[in-house]
Amino acid sequence: MNREEIIALLKPIVITYAPPSAALDHINEESDFITDLKINSANLVDIVLDVEEKFDITIDNQSMEKMLTVKAAIDVISDKLNEK
Amino acid sequence: MKAVDILNKLPYTHPFLFVDELEKIDENSVTGNYTYHPDLDFYKGHFKENPITPGVILTETMAQIGLVCLGIYLLSLEKENGNGQIWMTSANVAYLKPVYPGEKVTVTSLKKYFRFNKLQCYVEMKNNKGEIVCEGTLAGMLVENNGT
Repeated sequence: MNREEIIALLKPIVITYAPPSAALDHINEESDFITDLKINSANLVDIVLDVEEKFDITIDNQSMEKMLTVKAAIDVISDKLNEK
Repeated sequence: MKAVDILNKLPYTHPFLFVDELEKIDENSVTGNYTYHPDLDFYKGHFKENPITPGVILTETMAQIGLVCLGIYLLSLEKENGNGQIWMTSANVAYLKPVYPGEKVTVTSLKKYFRFNKLQCYVEMKNNKGEIVCEGTLAGMLVENNGT
């Protein structure tokens, strides 16, 4: 799965948990979940759990802590998919 | 950790403690009860000459029993002498029946997940007749206190 395919699956999950904002219309690799998309840490957990289900991967605490931007999330998802 | 130890660890006191007794607790669920004393202050204003327990108080009761007590228990399994706190982060609750002054309610909470320090539970509150008075999904973040 390439980065474009991953971000296409990631976007709807992020939108589910983010408050409405203009930033949501322009989600890109540089988007920061907390500062740009205003997602709180509790909702970030739900995003990670949905990502696990969507991509059929398991995300450990260490990877979770890295997932603060869309770019970092794609990196983690991509790594976990390659490990399979 | 025993029920009495959990109650001692609760960060609340009168007039904002809404747990009388924990009947059962394990790593997946908790059941506890509370009786709303007719002298509680909010009955004077909610509503005028028509006291009914406010929904926010019902939610708080669900959270204290269903989220905080279970959270303290789960933290104790991970770390025996931990000193964690639980912050409620969301509540999505439906209110089905009024709860009047003096009523005893029983709260049952089932853990949906506990991952990355977030605890999400399905929580149900029943009155003395066994009728569901409110139910919903509550979540909180568990934070380990590193101080004293």
